[in-house]
Amino acid sequence: MLSRKARLDAHGEDSSYFLGWKEYEKNAYDDVQNPTGIIQMGLAENQLSFDLLESWLASNQDAARLTRNGESVFRELALFQDYHGLPDFKNELVEFMAEIRGNKVNFDPRKLVLMAGATSANETLTFCIAESGDAFLLPTPYYPGFDRDLKWRTGVEIVPIHCSSSNGFKVTKCALEEAYQQAHKLSLNVKGVLITNPSNPLGTTMGRDELNDLIGFAVAKKIHIISDEIYSGTVFDHPSFISIMEALMDRKLQDTDLWSRVHIVYSLSKDLGLPGFRVGMIYSNNETVVSAATKMSSFGLISSQTQYLLSKILSDKKFTRNYMKENRKRLKTRRDMIVAALRDAGIGCLKSNAGLFCWVDMRHLLSSNTFDAEMELWKKILREAGLNISPGASCHCSEPGWFRICFANMSEDTLNLSMQRIKALVGRIQQCRRGRVTHQDSGCNSRRRSFSKWVLNLCSYDREPDR
Amino acid sequence: MKMLSRKATFNSHGQDSEYFLGWEEYEKNAYHEVDNPSGIIQMGLAENQLSFDLLESWLAQNPDAAGFKRDGESIFRELALFQDYHGLPAFKKALVEFMSEIRGNKVSFDQNKLVLTAGATSANETLMFCLANSGEAFLLPTPYYPGFDRDLKWRTGVEIVPIQCSSSNGFQITESALEEAYQQAQKRNLKVKGVLITNPSNPLGTTTSRDELNLLVNFITAKGIHLISDEIYSGTVFDSPGFVSIMEVLMDRNYMNTEVWKRVHIVYSLSKDLGLPGFRVGAIYSNDVAVVSAATKMSSFGLVSSQTQYLLSVMLSDKKFTKNYVSENQKRLKQRHQMLISGLQNAGIDCLKSNAGLFCWVDMRHLLSSNTFEAEMELWKKILYDVRLNISPGSSCHCTEPGWFRVCFANMSEDTLNLALQRIKAFVDSLSTTNNNQSRHQSNKNQRRKSFTKWVFRLSFRDREASER
Repeated sequence: MLSRKARLDAHGEDSSYFLGWKEYEKNAYDDVQNPTGIIQMGLAENQLSFDLLESWLASNQDAARLTRNGESVFRELALFQDYHGLPDFKNELVEFMAEIRGNKVNFDPRKLVLMAGATSANETLTFCIAESGDAFLLPTPYYPGFDRDLKWRTGVEIVPIHCSSSNGFKVTKCALEEAYQQAHKLSLNVKGVLITNPSNPLGTTMGRDELNDLIGFAVAKKIHIISDEIYSGTVFDHPSFISIMEALMDRKLQDTDLWSRVHIVYSLSKDLGLPGFRVGMIYSNNETVVSAATKMSSFGLISSQTQYLLSKILSDKKFTRNYMKENRKRLKTRRDMIVAALRDAGIGCLKSNAGLFCWVDMRHLLSSNTFDAEMELWKKILREAGLNISPGASCHCSEPGWFRICFANMSEDTLNLSMQRIKALVGRIQQCRRGRVTHQDSGCNSRRRSFSKWVLNLCSYDREPDR
Repeated sequence: MKMLSRKATFNSHGQDSEYFLGWEEYEKNAYHEVDNPSGIIQMGLAENQLSFDLLESWLAQNPDAAGFKRDGESIFRELALFQDYHGLPAFKKALVEFMSEIRGNKVSFDQNKLVLTAGATSANETLMFCLANSGEAFLLPTPYYPGFDRDLKWRTGVEIVPIQCSSSNGFQITESALEEAYQQAQKRNLKVKGVLITNPSNPLGTTTSRDELNLLVNFITAKGIHLISDEIYSGTVFDSPGFVSIMEVLMDRNYMNTEVWKRVHIVYSLSKDLGLPGFRVGAIYSNDVAVVSAATKMSSFGLVSSQTQYLLSVMLSDKKFTKNYVSENQKRLKQRHQMLISGLQNAGIDCLKSNAGLFCWVDMRHLLSSNTFEAEMELWKKILYDVRLNISPGSSCHCTEPGWFRVCFANMSEDTLNLALQRIKAFVDSLSTTNNNQSRHQSNKNQRRKSFTKWVFRLSFRDREASER
């Protein structure tokens, strides 16, 4: 009765990434109402700088109230459904994007296509570039949502470019080539590479070498590059952000074929913390892509009410400069907090400089170097420490034991509490292990049993009987 | 290897049809009562501009709704973070109650069966993705909204097979037309997954009758297929007979919780009733949990801005306001409709009798030089370039008979509508004058005919500014 798309679970929403969310929803932490509930650390939201936005709104009530210089613009906006987008808004966006890149690149508003969120932008680009059955190569680990956004309704495949902890998960020439060969083995036509830069879930920006390797690869194979730069405004530490456009310009590739095969995806969901407003976009040097994507944006236009509000916010350059600077400062503080606390619990993170999360190394806590052990650890962390974090397997990481932990979507107190819980859990896990190791001899069965029981009780220490 | 997809490079987006070319001409030379009084008047845009004053006045009295405040407290943060594809509960509640009210409360809707999407455009495409595989087909009665060629087919790969309707019975859907369309699909090796109707109809402006709805229910029952009822114009019914929703018919026939019940889906939007196309508010309503579930996930690709959901949840919860708005709006539409049809009658042009919508389905067959679509195109161009009115030719709506045009009446001021009607009258008069002269001066009057024709030609071009084109 229904289509295959509707019936199968190709929407990808049965992965643990989503299961953790469901557990959280049943038992969400609240500092007053439910202090032993699950703390959400799987949601990459930026909640650190709302005060700045709220204060701006309070001083600029016109923008939300749909008036301009006291005159109502309601009618004009209510009727505005032009898929070319509100000109003022696009002009402000390209300037904002340039500023994020230290003004080392300029963007042309005519090459910008507005879409209802980066989710929509990524799917639309896929529809424009690839046929059903074609493939994109993506470096692992990658954002779990891509399995739905890039593949579900488009019929396009993802072939992973395996990255490894041995070099900090950087993309190598060899990994690119291997992925390409793998696609061929699967009889898939590779149309391009999609990178997320800064990376989700790694929280790192791509180095110039990586970008150059990628460019070389795309030139050789004559394929596209999609650079999802949704986290570009969250770079809070060195090295600084290098956009794919900057890398191309530095190599003077503006007039080559590759130039028209490189596309950027952006959104205000992470940098400004406004995922509810559905503001995404595609930037492309390829006229045909801009033209087709513009028409396709009919399926997901941004509310004119929202375009207007944001055009006003972004036109206040003093505000945006201050916002971005302050926001980055706060993100860095948070990142430093979580890294220190994890270190204190004997847990290391990948050195990061961007994003709203850390890529955490818990390999030493696995009972074995397997994804089953990773799942076991993830469940322990969910049920015993009451933390919802994202297991590396859900991000297609090729090595077990890595987890993405978000740090910008809760208060400082909540973050501190979550770190205490992790420390306590790590303590228990290590005790349990030591307990197993020291009581090997057979003559101590009853002593072992009672000791094990004691250790078990200790492990269950924070468990509320009613959970 | 091709660089881009076929979808991006072919023109299967359907935007090369005249429907869009007329818009382009309009954009180059748009009418403005002060700056460009002889420009092209846009009558091809089905927008409802008649009742903004009511909305503006509500906004002025309820500044909190747009100002991100609830009971005086800022909820900006909550809204900024709200991206749950289940939608803002308060908004869905207000929306289903609004939908119910439009149907005279003869049906009630469950907000858990409602999926919000960024416009009906998104809703229709999403339903296609849920109900049909690429290569399968939906049957649509002609004439139909030209946008469906893009919305239903482009990225989904689904085909449209027309259910041919004819002026002989007011373009109503008949059993034989349904059957013929089904057979036609079989001939083309297309598996039919359902029927999609627009009720009230665009471009006809008529509500689908109970008989037709019953026929449809019988048909989809017999064939085991779906029915999508795009009820985007349901709030614009300004005259009798009243609006009968497909849900009402199913309930009257005790079809609740049957298999057929689960195969009927409604599409709605606030773009026409409330005149808010810019806000991108659409919805799918379905009794099939699997459809609701899949469509909800797919709505990720086109969610409604939480800022907009909140504003409209407050507005639609104001029942006093919505009742008054709906009734006043319908009154104004009825008045405009009357203006248009009398103005056209005065020019010897008839319309299909209609009771809804933002347009009339106008019969200009008698003005065609021949009963062909070429002649229709010729007439349309004359009307566009000479009379300077952008209207929609029936062929762009897949009408099977040449000579019908959709003319919108709710997207301009009364004065502008009057001007448009004057231009039409002048045009029609000039045509009959030309015809009369041509029959009188058949044989020896070539010279006089030529100079007279020149005068008539100048008359047609009278309002054209020499300098600007």
